Amino acid sequence: MRDKKLVASIRDAIISAGLKDGMTISFHHHMRNGDYVLNMVMDEIAAMGFKDLTLNATALFDIHMPLIDHIKNGVVTTLMTNYMSAGLGKQICAGVMENPVQFRTHGTRPDDIIHGRTPIDIAFVAAPQSDDMGNCTGKYGKSACGSFGYAIVDAQYAKKTVVITDELVEYPMVGFTVPEVYVDYVVVVDAIGDPNGIVSGTTRITRDPVGLVMAQTAAKVVEHSGLLVDGFSFQTGAGGATLAGAKYLKDIMLAKGIKGSYVMGGITKYLVEMLQAGCFKTILDGQTFDLDSIDSLRNDPRHQEVSLYHYAGPNAPSCIVNSLDTIFAGATEVDVDFNVNVHTDSNGIIMGGSGGHSDICAGAKMAVIITPMFRNRLPMIRDRVTTITTPGKDIDVLVTQGGVAVNPKNVELKARLQAAGLPIVDIHELQAKAERMTGKPQPIRHGDKVVAEVIYRDGSIIDRIYNTL
Amino acid sequence: MAEIIKMATAGTDEKSDVVVTVEPCENGLQLQIKSVVMNQFGPAIEASVRKVLEDLGVKNAIVTVADRGALDCVLRARVETAILRGMEG
Repeated sequence: MRDKKLVASIRDAIISAGLKDGMTISFHHHMRNGDYVLNMVMDEIAAMGFKDLTLNATALFDIHMPLIDHIKNGVVTTLMTNYMSAGLGKQICAGVMENPVQFRTHGTRPDDIIHGRTPIDIAFVAAPQSDDMGNCTGKYGKSACGSFGYAIVDAQYAKKTVVITDELVEYPMVGFTVPEVYVDYVVVVDAIGDPNGIVSGTTRITRDPVGLVMAQTAAKVVEHSGLLVDGFSFQTGAGGATLAGAKYLKDIMLAKGIKGSYVMGGITKYLVEMLQAGCFKTILDGQTFDLDSIDSLRNDPRHQEVSLYHYAGPNAPSCIVNSLDTIFAGATEVDVDFNVNVHTDSNGIIMGGSGGHSDICAGAKMAVIITPMFRNRLPMIRDRVTTITTPGKDIDVLVTQGGVAVNPKNVELKARLQAAGLPIVDIHELQAKAERMTGKPQPIRHGDKVVAEVIYRDGSIIDRIYNTL
Repeated sequence: MAEIIKMATAGTDEKSDVVVTVEPCENGLQLQIKSVVMNQFGPAIEASVRKVLEDLGVKNAIVTVADRGALDCVLRARVETAILRGMEG
């Protein structure tokens, strides 16, 4: 006899899965700022009268603003996430929650789930395509998001898993990511998200001349680091100058005939083009950013989908970030001890989170931070960052338009880069250079209520974020 | 003494720039400052604006500053330009 997992509504799924007050529910963010599922589920849970839930999400976006009401009404009393965009961050910093938000990294979150430190009672998986037994994927469907990296661990380790899809296909679906053995219920809805918010039609490289100069410099840092040899592995973000850095790196790799090993990151068409040009043997994809990359994931077996535990689990027997040679990442602030902040803005308001920042910086042999000396009038090199996301010990090189600062622990690297003619500057000198143009900013005052804790890869609280006044 | 005889503006509403508007006024200086970096540079911005007004001998004016994070050199240039434009007949 065939099993029956299809239920008529989200409410039926919540009832069948046995939700109770005080439980932990989870969501993944492959639908990004186009996600409908978290709000649909939370509205239903609130209407059913549940209270005191822990919500564990891989990331939260401003489309999730209705969550603030569920917090105020006591439906959600604990929030765990790896990233939070500015609209929500402002509310959290205003002190709407009693318990501090727990920020983890993309690697630490699945690690804590798998090792039982933050067990999940019910996972809600937004699936762009599924069959009626819950074999599902992000690769296909009208709401396709590409890699399902964030959803895999939640589906596998939650006590109950509910798949919510807007494209049901005949059993067994072809090309599933999550197999039916981890899925308890399947719900069909009209739309799980807005395709325009899920992926970009195209990803563009920055045209900002400052960004391009920094990107070019960062590529030269890699060229002369001693790491750019056959078998080279690399990760870059999709934002600002980091992606432009990858483009310049591609030119260098092609000119020198370097055959790299793997590239990872938020995957964009620029990384796909590097794969196709022979710069790398494979793409390891935890999150896909544009349509070209989704196409590559579907059609090119060298483009592989990986879970976030495989990506960066600190207590996994091994994980991908630990084999990285170099990474490019951004920063909202850096300080003279090379600590990096990507959690809060210069007013101390939450507008981001580690995501994989701490993971890749800890794992890579050389972590390169690309950030301008100042944004608007705000100098980006501080005496002390507003919030420590990634500790300075994990950062090797800081690239700005005003020069390159090498962490003093890297004596040999500094000598290499200097010999290659790169503009090496002491980080204090870089700070002074920026402040000569911007002036010294007045310190920001904050309240004494802890609104968020930043949990580092080893489980320790590396910093706390306080309420704004 | 420099006299503002008409309303004039300088600058653009772009990041890292500032829009400065001057208007005639009969009783002293009235400053209105809005800035995305108010918390960090509010007093510094006001001091710069007052310094340029003083250097050009402007005693009476309504000065509105809408700042999106301009560097001090940009701010001073925009204030000066707005004043000079406001003094032209």
